[in-house]
Amino acid sequence: MKQNKSRRSFLKNISLASLATLTATGCNMKELEEFFQRNFRTLSDKEKEDIIRNLEQKYIEKYNKEFQVSAEPAMEQVEFAYGLDLSRCIGCRKCVYACVGENNQSRSPQIHWIQVLQMEKEKGVDFAHSDVHYNPEKVPEKGHFYLPVACQQCRTPQCTTVCPVKATWQEPDGIVVIDYNWCIGCRYCMAACPYGARHFNWGEPEIPEEELNTDMHYLGNRPRVKGVVEKCTFCIQRVRKGKYPSCVEICPVGARKFGNLLDPESEIRYILENKRVLVLKEELNTQPRFYYFFGV
Amino acid sequence: MKLKKNQNGPLLLMVLGLFIFWYSCSNQSSDADNPEINYSTEQSTVKTANITEIAVEAPPLTDGIFPCNDCHSEIEPNPDRRELVDMHDDITAMFNHDSKNRWCLDCHDLNNRDSLRLASGQLLDFKESYKLCGQCHGLKLRDWKVGVHGKRTGEWNGKKEYLLCVHCHNPHAPKFEPLTPEPPPVMQESISYMNLKVNDDETE
Repeated sequence: MKQNKSRRSFLKNISLASLATLTATGCNMKELEEFFQRNFRTLSDKEKEDIIRNLEQKYIEKYNKEFQVSAEPAMEQVEFAYGLDLSRCIGCRKCVYACVGENNQSRSPQIHWIQVLQMEKEKGVDFAHSDVHYNPEKVPEKGHFYLPVACQQCRTPQCTTVCPVKATWQEPDGIVVIDYNWCIGCRYCMAACPYGARHFNWGEPEIPEEELNTDMHYLGNRPRVKGVVEKCTFCIQRVRKGKYPSCVEICPVGARKFGNLLDPESEIRYILENKRVLVLKEELNTQPRFYYFFGV
Repeated sequence: MKLKKNQNGPLLLMVLGLFIFWYSCSNQSSDADNPEINYSTEQSTVKTANITEIAVEAPPLTDGIFPCNDCHSEIEPNPDRRELVDMHDDITAMFNHDSKNRWCLDCHDLNNRDSLRLASGQLLDFKESYKLCGQCHGLKLRDWKVGVHGKRTGEWNGKKEYLLCVHCHNPHAPKFEPLTPEPPPVMQESISYMNLKVNDDETE
């Protein structure tokens, strides 16, 4: 008996086989669609809307809760920047947990977008001798100051240039975002970031249902899955609606400032013009939009 | 003459070279050195609407104490500087605001206790207490007015809510009290330990 080894038959068989596998694994059309979904930046408005509606439906089934997922684009004539007053921060870590709640970070395995570093006044800004696990009865501790670090929203981000699939990019308002559906979890961006601002979901993220924040942005705080990278987005779901980021509103000493760099009346412009300002690791030419300053 | 000509040749070349260098430089700078940093250019600036609309929370007056005139209208005002013992002794005990040089009537008005009083003698509502603080802390007041000292909540491009000085600083003891920090992040070592614990339920 002569075996048919032509290319045509091979292609026919392989497609039949893959179809059979798909039906066998019980993939429905929605999952297939999601699997073949294109990069967020190449989607039309209509496609975005469909995807978001599907997502909302999926979340209702998964969490028994209604969600508002937005794909709000950047506002015109807006470039966000952040100011943090090093002379005020007392290291209470309230911002860390406000951020976790607002942005649906995994509680276990634990992910914190903000790391508060305790530093010695004698040594100045010195990462090598900083401590993130400090835990005294009361803060601030004598002889120490505190330097919270999250994504610096660089103008020349290294994380986006190394991404092999272009799953992360800089938005027109300056926020560096990630398309969690497009991320392949290679963690190149984490290696490239000099601030340790990117975090990987090593396990399936766990968030108590009652603590889920249902006000979401597609590129921000929607629940992530195992195997993707996440990071601070200046609370994209809030700031694109005009609200302050969550960490700004929780800070008990008012050390955190936020605003539009293009607005000469904004707090951030006043800080840049009148205060002593520094950025972290200036020598790397990342050009952060996150400014540390001394209010006094 | 011959010698002079030889010297002029390289000089001319240098001048030409400099000119080309200058020309290329001036061409570049007209296009902005780094197109991504354009916040200082005037065309890209915008004025956000309603930025002046600032709602201030009511001052934190102690319940049962304010209005002061409920009691003070029946008491003869005594302008003599002294330590209070019968009433407001809790304030006396905690008072730590240049306490050597100051006492109640430097800020509270002698005749109308429901008012504050500026150094000029002008009476001041408790809602405007920041003006009183600003008499000494002028730089803080300046920063507070533009939103750099203190906390703003609300909208970065619109309506904001402001806190008064006295919402964060007790006017009688303004130094910020130390806080208990939230728990530190989990140690890397503990993460693996916790994962092990799922399998065999043993405590160390």
